[in-house]
Amino acid sequence: MPIANSLRTIGRRSVNAVWRTGYASRFFVMTLFYSGTSFKRFRLIVKEMFSSGVMSLIIILVAGMFVGMVLGLQGYETLKRYGSESALGSLVALSLVRELGPVLAALLFASRAGSAMTAEIGLMKATEQIAAMEMMAVNPIARVVAPRFWAGVISMPLLAAMFSAMGVFGGYVVGVVVIGVDEGSFWSQMQASVDFQHDVLNGVIKSFVFGLAVTAIALFEGYDAPPTAEGVSGATTRTVVQSSLAILMLDFILTAFMFQGA
Amino acid sequence: MSAPLVEVRDVNFAYDSRPILKGINMSFHKGKLIAIMGGSGCGKTTLFRLIGGAIKPTRGEVRIDGQVMHELDQQGLYDMRRKMGVLFQFGALFTDMSVFDNVAFQMREHTDLPEEVIRDLVMMKLHAVGLRGTHDLMPAELSGGMARRVALARTVALDPMLILYDEPFAGLDPISLTVVGQLIRKLNDALGATSVIVTHDVQESLKIVDYIYFVADGVIVAEGTPDEIRASDKPFVHQFVHGEMDGPVPFHYPGGDYRQDLGVAA
Repeated sequence: MPIANSLRTIGRRSVNAVWRTGYASRFFVMTLFYSGTSFKRFRLIVKEMFSSGVMSLIIILVAGMFVGMVLGLQGYETLKRYGSESALGSLVALSLVRELGPVLAALLFASRAGSAMTAEIGLMKATEQIAAMEMMAVNPIARVVAPRFWAGVISMPLLAAMFSAMGVFGGYVVGVVVIGVDEGSFWSQMQASVDFQHDVLNGVIKSFVFGLAVTAIALFEGYDAPPTAEGVSGATTRTVVQSSLAILMLDFILTAFMFQGA
Repeated sequence: MSAPLVEVRDVNFAYDSRPILKGINMSFHKGKLIAIMGGSGCGKTTLFRLIGGAIKPTRGEVRIDGQVMHELDQQGLYDMRRKMGVLFQFGALFTDMSVFDNVAFQMREHTDLPEEVIRDLVMMKLHAVGLRGTHDLMPAELSGGMARRVALARTVALDPMLILYDEPFAGLDPISLTVVGQLIRKLNDALGATSVIVTHDVQESLKIVDYIYFVADGVIVAEGTPDEIRASDKPFVHQFVHGEMDGPVPFHYPGGDYRQDLGVAA
């Protein structure tokens, strides 16, 4: 009965999907519920910020620099056609602060820190460290998950800001130092066109939301990973795929609300 | 004799419809070292998890210090677990913490002791297992036997009244095995605790424990002191203690007719 089998498979997958969504929601609520303990012991969050934030700095800064340099080159080529080379500073800064900074930094964060979080928690589960913590009357959500969650949420906007700053510097190097765009107009155009609330603050909000999404996905996948080598590797892959899609989807939604008609 | 510290009363447990434990009754008295033995998949780890309150029985109850484990809420369960120590099969040391921080973990989580006192206590615990000199090392720098001893020090960090050991001898060389076995006995006596070892290592267990339960197919098939177990003429116990290939636990997995499988049936 191939039809019956297909229906059974669809039914089973649907039930699993609903069950997993419920479990993920409960996990997220529990993480928020137990976050108070993390803030009381802020050093736990700081320690995790070092792992997820500071250790991601190199990739964020290098990528930001190159993205800014490419923007400088491409932007100059396009603007030159219209005789608007002096607007290069605006183009580089707005592209980075509004879009590329938050989105690319979040994608890199998902690949670097998100995957590491998933693998670490998955391995803690596989080696019974999570179970040991439970048996020591220490709640692993409060002790392991919540500090990592807030470390990711706090780190993400800071990393995005550094990505954008490095990108602006890259654009400056290529546009002003290498190509020879007027330095005064590069900075003054940038200063005139970038609005703090409309551009910078919205970019920060975006990166905050991306940080929430990436960290929540990474932690849940790690916590839910089957305690085997294959299970942890599958969970790590899912973290990167789901986080990347979530970032791009959320970016569209946020952009639609923030910059509609602007 | 005083009331037992741990009572397992008519405990049944099933995963979905597959029964794992069927009507288990046990009692563990204060100060005693008890072994739960059986082959792989006999249900002893399930029993271990039931005693630790990690899972709930489908029928019956596990009572520790007068309290029914599955009736406790999360706070009650955590309060109970603070009086318990658990040693996992491969130690389950926290790999991102040093040996010192592993042993200090529960002290920092559950007490307000000043760091100087914690340092002294950790050193005493590590000294008890002979590894005071390793306090700065990371778990990855320890051998299997050393990691198990550090985990043992962590297990008794808060002087628990009940200590559970899940396969404490698995994967150890003969020297480490003897060391860990003797430490389990000495720590139990020094703390006046009750210890439960889930294991299939007969020879080492017979040397150190006070009482043994044999579990097979989800039921207790034999029990007694080490001397009674050694002298037992029950076929299962005899096969297990002497490591015989065939007996009540058959060598061959049930299958069809051998001649037919070879294609030589008449």
